[in-house]
Amino acid sequence: MSLIKLENLSLGYDGIPVINNINLEIEENDFVCIVGPNGSGKSTLIKGIIGLIKPIKGKVVYETLKQNFIGYMPQETTVDKNFPASVFEIVLSGTLNNSKLFYTEKERQVALDNLKILGIENLKDKNFPDLSGGQRQKVLLARSLCATTKLLILDEPSNNLDKTSKNELYKIITKLNKEKNITIIMITHDLDHDNLIGNKILSLREKDIFYGTTEEFVRRIHHE
Amino acid sequence: MNNILELFSYSFMTKALVVGLLISMCASLIGVSIVLKRNSMIGDGLSHVGFGAFAIATIFGFAPLEFVLPVVIVVSFLILKLNDNSKVHGDSAIALISASSLAIGTFAISVTKGVNTDINNFLFGSILSINDADVLISIILGITVILLYIIFYNKIFAITFDEKFAKSIGINTNLYNIIFACLCSVTVVLGMRLMGSLLISSLIIFPALSSMQVFKSFKSVVISSVIIGIISFTLGLISSFYLEAPTGSTIVIINLIIFIIFKLISYIKVRLK
Repeated sequence: MSLIKLENLSLGYDGIPVINNINLEIEENDFVCIVGPNGSGKSTLIKGIIGLIKPIKGKVVYETLKQNFIGYMPQETTVDKNFPASVFEIVLSGTLNNSKLFYTEKERQVALDNLKILGIENLKDKNFPDLSGGQRQKVLLARSLCATTKLLILDEPSNNLDKTSKNELYKIITKLNKEKNITIIMITHDLDHDNLIGNKILSLREKDIFYGTTEEFVRRIHHE
Repeated sequence: MNNILELFSYSFMTKALVVGLLISMCASLIGVSIVLKRNSMIGDGLSHVGFGAFAIATIFGFAPLEFVLPVVIVVSFLILKLNDNSKVHGDSAIALISASSLAIGTFAISVTKGVNTDINNFLFGSILSINDADVLISIILGITVILLYIIFYNKIFAITFDEKFAKSIGINTNLYNIIFACLCSVTVVLGMRLMGSLLISSLIIFPALSSMQVFKSFKSVVISSVIIGIISFTLGLISSFYLEAPTGSTIVIINLIIFIIFKLISYIKVRLK
């Protein structure tokens, strides 16, 4: 079943499109990797899907999903590494999409559950500035999970992580997709050809947009 | 202790204490988000605009608060808009606006002969300038800011920590930014009379900055900032009276001392680890 449909969608800034006329459907349980060179509009596209920017043309249709219930994880640079906040304060803030002002036992439980899913319940009372890069990304992922049970949208989650932390993070994301049936859309820079994750790829290159299964993408690359 | 109690038998001292404490609390609360969002210069910019506007209001005989407040609020929206627009650097825009306002204010005061104003009062503040209307407005403002802060505390945290994420889960970040700009303007304008336009921004910045040296969770930083705000104001007011020193600068110096102490504590804590 389809979760999100992009119809003739054009996105950009100040009326100048970066993404032109894109049409595609993302199905439930898909794991879509978005790849492409810098400036090809990867981040713009997901900002459009989430509703951070308005389309210039066309629209985004959410079939079985409310826009506020997407778990979005912005690029790590948007968050100040030294921000004084406890892990629990950060993770809890992911539950604020239910338009409540104060947290109840229910929100605390959701936050605790997500800490457990990511295996970081021991970090609950630690403070953000004292964490390692990999731990910080897991905390931000736990926060995104609090906002959703259906769709995670991740903007280069593995940026600036070492190889071990990167693989660990990818393993967790794959597990969320397989075991919790959460649809994943992920922008990634490192397209490791021996180790592709996800079942679909959206490749953005100026006039050449490819969207299909990972196998098709690999075949296509070998032909080039 | 008796001496201190005697001090507040002067009605201007009581007024200064009430207004100052409320403004210090508001400033410290707002300051946490302002410092963390790297907008520290906003308070400074707005206070200079306030100075210019006060000068013009005095010369043309406008009611000061009714004229200055709207002007400062409008400018704060302007700065907010400039910050959104990545083409113009927010900090250079603020520098431009604050220097211009300072120049216009000084120019207007010195060109207009016969206006009996002490430029020093504008720049460095005076506890004698607090009147009953200020006391009333400060009480209303103080209670409003504190209530709003408690009610929207969780959302304020979410927006301060990560505005993009907050927006993605449906928090109306634009509305919160506008409310914040308003509260910041009101705090600056009311505090200016007491602290002076050159020093009011320190009331916003210092408590948060000092707290962040030692405390590492959001809640502890907020609570510590309010406490520092209250202590530095009270100590500053009392000691300025005995030292016959300007209240504004005494408060800033106490804040500076607190900052240095907190910095030392954080240094020792790191060393001991």
